[in-house]
Amino acid sequence: MASSQGKEARTGWLLISPPAIYALLLLAAPLATVLIYSVLTGGRGEIGLPFTLSNFAELFQKPIYQSVMLRSLYVSLAVTFVTVVLAYPIAYFVSFHVSPSKKALWLFLITIPFWTSYVIRVALWRTILGYEGIVDSALINIGVINEPLNILSNGMLSMIITLSHAYAPFAVLPIFVSLEKVDRSLLEAGQDLGESRLMTFIRVTLPLTMPGVIAAVLIVFIPTVGDYVTPELIGGGKVPLIANLIESQMLKIRDQAQGSAIAVAAMFVVGMVSLVFVLLNRRFLGGQK
Amino acid sequence: MKKAPFLGGYAILYLLFLYGPIIILPLFAFNDGRIVAFPLNGFTTRWFTEMFADAQLKKALLNSLTIALSSATLATVLGVFAARATVRYRWPGKPAALGLIMVPLVLPEMIVAMALLVVLLSIGIPLSIFTIILGHVLICMPFAVAILTSAFQSLDRSLEEASLDLGETQWSTFRLIVLPLVMPGILSSFLITFTISIDEFIISNFLGSGQPILSVYIFGQFRFPAKVPSMLALGTLLVLFSICMLAIAEYFRRRGIAKTGGKDTGGFL
Repeated sequence: MASSQGKEARTGWLLISPPAIYALLLLAAPLATVLIYSVLTGGRGEIGLPFTLSNFAELFQKPIYQSVMLRSLYVSLAVTFVTVVLAYPIAYFVSFHVSPSKKALWLFLITIPFWTSYVIRVALWRTILGYEGIVDSALINIGVINEPLNILSNGMLSMIITLSHAYAPFAVLPIFVSLEKVDRSLLEAGQDLGESRLMTFIRVTLPLTMPGVIAAVLIVFIPTVGDYVTPELIGGGKVPLIANLIESQMLKIRDQAQGSAIAVAAMFVVGMVSLVFVLLNRRFLGGQK
Repeated sequence: MKKAPFLGGYAILYLLFLYGPIIILPLFAFNDGRIVAFPLNGFTTRWFTEMFADAQLKKALLNSLTIALSSATLATVLGVFAARATVRYRWPGKPAALGLIMVPLVLPEMIVAMALLVVLLSIGIPLSIFTIILGHVLICMPFAVAILTSAFQSLDRSLEEASLDLGETQWSTFRLIVLPLVMPGILSSFLITFTISIDEFIISNFLGSGQPILSVYIFGQFRFPAKVPSMLALGTLLVLFSICMLAIAEYFRRRGIAKTGGKDTGGFL
């Protein structure tokens, strides 16, 4: 059978090669280039030898880099927390309290907003939260407040609200999938053995769905760290996040070496935080066995 | 089903939060006032007239349609290759190859865009609609692969074997048996990647050559308060369009599952 196995492997490789070569050329090669650029000597519009670590040293010396990185982490961790905490009950509701024939419809309803133009959704929050915008004018009209709240002037809060809305469906789906996998007889057993509903949830359901929660955390955390549109439209460019910093370094200051170093550092930080979540999950599951 | 009034109420509130901004779109798109705030001033269609008269917008729409059609087609074709290779054949290196293709899902898009930009600039490829398509195919491919893999997985292998036993070749079996059965998956992959490409902003903004692209154009217009109402009109149409595309994609996905006799396990992603 060895020859037929060899033939199968050849067919598999032949089939995978168009998409794999595409990804190698347009993804792996560019990422490798950024990695190399980050240790080259750069200047305004130029880049070259010798190899140096000064780009990374600069990241530690200039406080702007650290403050933007910390701000990005703070915003995306806050957004991750809010979306996951808000998403869990809704996923629980659809999984446990909606009849099976209607589950697909509910998921469809939850995912529709995600498929509508991202730029428009973000820009809408600007008109909703802005000075004398929709929230202000509505509240003044019904007499709750006299002075405009102007939530938009609080850039961080507005960004967290906007991003939490934008990434909400991302968090619901993985949690829903893990809830669907929970063996319902375990819950009955828990209650038969005298646990309350709440305790059954905390001691059985929640631990079993932890992988889904971690997946939700990662799927929200990773793209929000790199968000560019929200800081521009909502923060008005005054509260840049890491993506805006990369842009200005690469395209405005045109120092590709320094820009690459920021990108590499950002990937490193994102990777590290993700790894922590994954390890937490593993440890959590390890304790169960 | 157990009754859960508290959770049910929460679900309604959550949907209101999700749909809030989308409900606002048509509300103010038909509102007779340039300032987007309460109270509403009465009904008008002039924002739609203003939008349709915008020549730049037409150009942007045309460019975006070209990009989306090309990216969706390419991503879906590449996705068929990847899905067929992973579902049907066993070969060493599968996790690595598949992992590489799926990487854009777990990488901030800004980094993908900047990495591509650096390479394109260094080898001297001028930025154009073509370079945007290159980027869009890259970020659409993981979605196409995910949708198509599940379509290929629900395929009954014995149908193929029967066809081969009856004397068809590998290729004619694929064309006559496999392709028609996964066609719903292919269509839903095409529609989803098309929608992603139309909406995409970062790559369209940084890998373009200043030609108007829909998402980039909208982004720019929102900076002028006077332009906001006609952008809301455009947004209303885009939302309607997206919902139609999704409903069609969902229809094909379900029909595909019904065709192959599978069980429906929920939506996309």
